[in-house]
Amino acid sequence: MRTHRNHALWYAFALHRASGLLLALFLPAHFWVLSYALNDAAALDGFLRWTDYTAVKVAEFGLVFLLAVHLFGGLRLMALEWLPWSPRQKTYAAGAVAGAGFLAVSFFLGAIR
Amino acid sequence: MLGVRLYMLQRITALVMAPLVIGHIAVMIYAVQGGLSAAEILGRTQGSALWALFYGTFAIAVALHAAIGVRVIVHETLGPGRGALAVLTASLFVVLGAMGLYAVHAVTA
Amino acid sequence: MSAPSLRVSVWRGAGTGQHGAGEYQAFDVPVQESQTVLDLVAWIQQNADPTLAYRYACRVGMCGSCAMTVNGVPRWTCRTHIDKVAQDGAVTIGPLRNLPVIKDLVADMDPFFDKWIEAGGAFAPTRTRADAVEPIDPATPARRAVDAAIECINCGVCYAACDVVSANPDYLGPAALNRAWSLVNDVKDGALDARLTAVSGPGGCHNCHSQQGCVAHCPNDLNPTAAIAGLKRATVRAALRGKL
Repeated sequence: MRTHRNHALWYAFALHRASGLLLALFLPAHFWVLSYALNDAAALDGFLRWTDYTAVKVAEFGLVFLLAVHLFGGLRLMALEWLPWSPRQKTYAAGAVAGAGFLAVSFFLGAIR
Repeated sequence: MLGVRLYMLQRITALVMAPLVIGHIAVMIYAVQGGLSAAEILGRTQGSALWALFYGTFAIAVALHAAIGVRVIVHETLGPGRGALAVLTASLFVVLGAMGLYAVHAVTA
Repeated sequence: MSAPSLRVSVWRGAGTGQHGAGEYQAFDVPVQESQTVLDLVAWIQQNADPTLAYRYACRVGMCGSCAMTVNGVPRWTCRTHIDKVAQDGAVTIGPLRNLPVIKDLVADMDPFFDKWIEAGGAFAPTRTRADAVEPIDPATPARRAVDAAIECINCGVCYAACDVVSANPDYLGPAALNRAWSLVNDVKDGALDARLTAVSGPGGCHNCHSQQGCVAHCPNDLNPTAAIAGLKRATVRAALRGKL
């Protein structure tokens, strides 16, 4: 790890980029599965049965986290660019991770019910 | 690399999607309880103009946003020329947009 | 009983690109009181190897000439006490990142200054010596924005720290864009539209990802990320008005 990158806001950037990329890779699969709803709802149901497995629920938890952290991180960036500068950049970045964690855990608790 | 127009498009689609993502996560947290089934989902979404509008907007916005985002990543890691980047961005937008709108149609028709 | 010494690895070589051809060469340098990294380099050149090339001028933290990469981090070597950086009695010193290397620790600053000009860094006067001096109120938001950006001495540390500079060869870089922002806010300047266009190209301000490596490493505690955010706002407003 290059030492000049060893600061909180670089990690925030890396998380934002990684989450965006992973979500972009997930999207086509997501759309493809949903498209079965038109002519083959039974096939869609078959895919949805995978969500009964805990491992899949954990993966879904990960996806919700990625989406939420990308959103909150993105809002941090928009605030940085368009609102008066705040010295609390690291606090916002930490808040984005915390908020995303909260939503993802809420989802997971609902999923394992 | 972004000029001002792609930058604006990226930021505008982000703002459009902020409430849509919150809504989507809320719907997911609600829907996932008690397990997922096609019948439950489609029972609510089929024939609904509101869901079609919500997710249709989402699909177009995310297709733009993802295409531009991936463009930046590809440029900074692989460094292709401007022509190849433009083709990549356009292709991503078309493919994601088409798949997304088809999925929205499938779920709300 | 031998005096304590530091194992100092110094980049030796020349070339273009990241570092070009070369390798790290190790020296054992005696530790002295209040020693800085620049002192280490000077000792090596004066006592061990006179062919070592390095750059410095004021050696008191004012000019920025001694900027190098120390243990992977760009810093002013004259202002870096060895206590801050020595790990297990060893220090690694290389030239600034993201710039071609002339020789050893000397980076070629030409691309850095070329981009400074390319970003519209040159002031465009609107008055002559025959005109009255334009009064500038120091309390205006524009003048305060200039104040925040104006202390840049072009040392290149932010440019070396920036990963967008590494990834995008066209990217003008934090210092050039910070300079452009200081002129965008200078009411005496007459080239606003041209400057906003200059910072909106393939290497322009919109490529900044706000990693804030520039903020973290600037020895003058400047904030190029905030300046670049200002340029983003100014260019969007100009584009919406059809000025770009």
